[in-house]
Amino acid sequence: MTVVSPTSVVSVGADLFADAVAGQAVDVSRVEWRPPMPGTEADLATVAADPLRRDANERALAAMLGVTAHLVDVVPAANALGLEPGQFLHAGPPIAWARASGPLRGALMGGAALEGLVDDPDDAVALFESGRTVSLEPCHHRGAVGPMAGVVTPSMWMFVLEDLETGRRTHCSLNEGLGKVLRYGAYSPEVITRLRWMGDVLGPLLQAAVRATGPVDVTGILTQMLQMGDEAHNRNRAGTLMLLRDLAPAMVGTGHDGAAVAEALRFVGGNDHFFLNLAMPACKLALDAARGIEGSTMVVAMARNGTDFGIQVAGTGEEWFTGPAQLADGLFLGDYGPEDANPDIGDSAITETAGIGGFAMATAPAIVRFVGGTVPDALATTRRMHEITLGENPRWSVPVLDFQGTPSGIDVTRVCRTAILPQINTGMAGREAGVGQVGAGLVTPPSEIFPLALARLAELARARATA
Amino acid sequence: MSRTHVELRGGAYADSVALLQVSRTVQGVEGVAAAQVAMCTPLNVEVLEQMGFEVPDAATPNDMVVAVRFADDAGDPDRALDRALAAVDEALAGLGRRTSGSAEVAPARTTGRALREAPGALALVSVPGPSALVEAMDALDAGHDVMVFSDNVPVEQEVALKRVASERGLLVMGPDCGTAVLGGVGLGFANTVRPGPVGLVAASGTGCQQVLALLDHAGVGVSHAIGVGGHDLSAEVRGLSTLEALRRLDADPAVETVLLVSKPPADDVAAEVRAFADGLSTPVGLALLGAGHPDLTEATEALLRSLGHEVPAWPVAGSASPATSGQLLRGLFVGGTLASEARIVAEGLLGDGASDGHTFVDFGDDAYTAGRAHPMIDPTLRLEHLAEAGRDPETAVVLLDVVLGHGAEPDPAALLAPAVAALDQPVVVALVGTGGDPQDRDRQAAALVEAGAEVHLSNAGATRRAVSLLPGGPR
Repeated sequence: MTVVSPTSVVSVGADLFADAVAGQAVDVSRVEWRPPMPGTEADLATVAADPLRRDANERALAAMLGVTAHLVDVVPAANALGLEPGQFLHAGPPIAWARASGPLRGALMGGAALEGLVDDPDDAVALFESGRTVSLEPCHHRGAVGPMAGVVTPSMWMFVLEDLETGRRTHCSLNEGLGKVLRYGAYSPEVITRLRWMGDVLGPLLQAAVRATGPVDVTGILTQMLQMGDEAHNRNRAGTLMLLRDLAPAMVGTGHDGAAVAEALRFVGGNDHFFLNLAMPACKLALDAARGIEGSTMVVAMARNGTDFGIQVAGTGEEWFTGPAQLADGLFLGDYGPEDANPDIGDSAITETAGIGGFAMATAPAIVRFVGGTVPDALATTRRMHEITLGENPRWSVPVLDFQGTPSGIDVTRVCRTAILPQINTGMAGREAGVGQVGAGLVTPPSEIFPLALARLAELARARATA
Repeated sequence: MSRTHVELRGGAYADSVALLQVSRTVQGVEGVAAAQVAMCTPLNVEVLEQMGFEVPDAATPNDMVVAVRFADDAGDPDRALDRALAAVDEALAGLGRRTSGSAEVAPARTTGRALREAPGALALVSVPGPSALVEAMDALDAGHDVMVFSDNVPVEQEVALKRVASERGLLVMGPDCGTAVLGGVGLGFANTVRPGPVGLVAASGTGCQQVLALLDHAGVGVSHAIGVGGHDLSAEVRGLSTLEALRRLDADPAVETVLLVSKPPADDVAAEVRAFADGLSTPVGLALLGAGHPDLTEATEALLRSLGHEVPAWPVAGSASPATSGQLLRGLFVGGTLASEARIVAEGLLGDGASDGHTFVDFGDDAYTAGRAHPMIDPTLRLEHLAEAGRDPETAVVLLDVVLGHGAEPDPAALLAPAVAALDQPVVVALVGTGGDPQDRDRQAAALVEAGAEVHLSNAGATRRAVSLLPGGPR
């Protein structure tokens, strides 16, 4: 390599030097640099100088982007996850009943009734308070994800997604629709009745259809729905209908009762969020491929349990870095207001972790007002997320941004450097158990969890350097 | 039947219009008779079968198919396939390429992000020291050279940066690199120079600027002046950037001779650099600043002679009178190397008495610049000390530097000349700059002379003159 006269300069820092270069008729692009999050300078330098980091992040990003998720089966959680009576999965990082929020408690109570542990959901409070016959565990710890409260019990039917190259699998429950539903903490008789119908009719029907159809390429559907106005977190309309397109012929052909098939088709087609429960495990399947890569600063999970917001990072193993879940800013249903809303809840931020949802807001202008924004906000949001991500997804592209790939691979160091927080689209659950959904909006993680993760990455890097 | 290639790409997707363009591109590849890149919709599968391709039964509308038929005279079959698939990948990648004209885009917040949109750019980092490594590492990660103006960067961070750069064949200029001129483009504090046969490598910003100014006066041009930061030849850093800079200059046919400007390096580092330089095809001269070594002016003169060039008289304007009171020389500098050189020259002239109270202060030192701008940008601190030196009855002679060029104060004489005029003591100024510098060197010199100063182009010359004005100093 020889010395060349620079044809362009990227200047970060004093404007004076940028001006001096521009004065010599050289193109200058100026970085809008600001000091990093307080107290992170030393850890940022340590991690930036970690010899493993660059390669580790390249591998983590490539691993995530290389996964294609297929829907291969639909089976009860007891079979898929080995979940036993009394075992309950929930969204977010680990939490005990004593600190659980209203919607999580409501969903657990409803789940206990569904499993026949109690006759009346309200009787389940004593069951969970004693904790002797029941246990709580994060979905993420069992290869699963759950929207909102994310409660999974042994009898619930689960989508099974597989990376056909490695055989790795992830799981998610079937989506119940909107309004008074278990995942938003509602547990009235209609909620339990619907869940029983999903277990008795919908689950077996979908199982037969998937087994007859063969693996359904969920990643491929995501690719297409992102070009059809879905961001795959708060809007899943095109994805849901493409799934129906793929499964409906086989559902009809299963030999099930025609009225039951019709009801199932009506239920799925009428629930714009049905595909969310496939988008989420597809994202988890991709992100799980990046877990455990030493030195990588890429976030592999963002999840909330209604009390805490937690992240996991590729280079820090299974450790959760947690802080208080925030209240979403958005629109409320009916007479509900901010005082009725519970803090952020659900594993669905796995979509943003994989670069869609709020990160792909630019591709879903139809819902920007639903989450309280404007179309220019949506474009700016997606562009802003490129500041904190490692790369772009060549399969998932945004037409309105000239088919730029979605911003992929949240980098803990870039979040700390820019103080730009991941933007999450979310539904809002009622604060009280049993209420259900009260609104939808935008939310971010608590900022302090990124410096926490960074400090751990720096500690590990220093330990490697002195080893 | 001619040879065909059909492959399915699960999860890949592009719209049909875009894929028509891709197909057309691939059809134009040498050795390709027919090509179709499409989503496996029933309609497309039918078209493909009509074209004579066999589409696997497993294909679904979510799969992209790449189907190519090769011409009978396509030559090496593997190479034709490679060419065709490369064309497919390139055309598909091109679909996502951004064009200008989209809505307004907010400026990048990190160096890494900005470099994604600026292939081939040089990164120039001048953020506060604690954040400098992070921004500079962005540049190295993206495969770009970087100049780090920032100071207060710990030496272990400098070593970390330069090791990474060295492994990747990249150049880190700095930290604490004040000056670079690359192909005529000045970065940081840099003078306007004409192109020419000299390549400079400088572990010293103002030392580099002194040589640039002298060469310019002698009519000799400079191809590149590569700053490497003042610590590069230390025992810790071991000349990592100096070696890369020498390698680059050696590879440049426009560079006929190289001068390395530095403080005297650690002994073993000097030997390593010397050995490396001796292995190059371009001659490398050393200008090492220290007792017993030639000063920068003498080193420049030697360089001129080696090029067969005449050594001119170094210009002096105005005339200061010998001191009438006090006994001390007060050197107040904005350039660290200029301060060191003045101290070394003065000590050489004054002998053992040199340390008896004479001062050579560098206001660009880390100790003065933490949390404040460099004195070549903000003269306030030096002006305060100048007034104080004038009030000090022990001050006999004042020695100053004024450094011109890109990045420096637009009109340094505006504030300095009145401050000089207010002094009773004789004032000697080293005015380091070229005729092409934006501040107009001649006008600066005239203003300082008007204020009573004697103005030299050579810092060593200015120092000798200042010493000669001391009471009892060598005449």
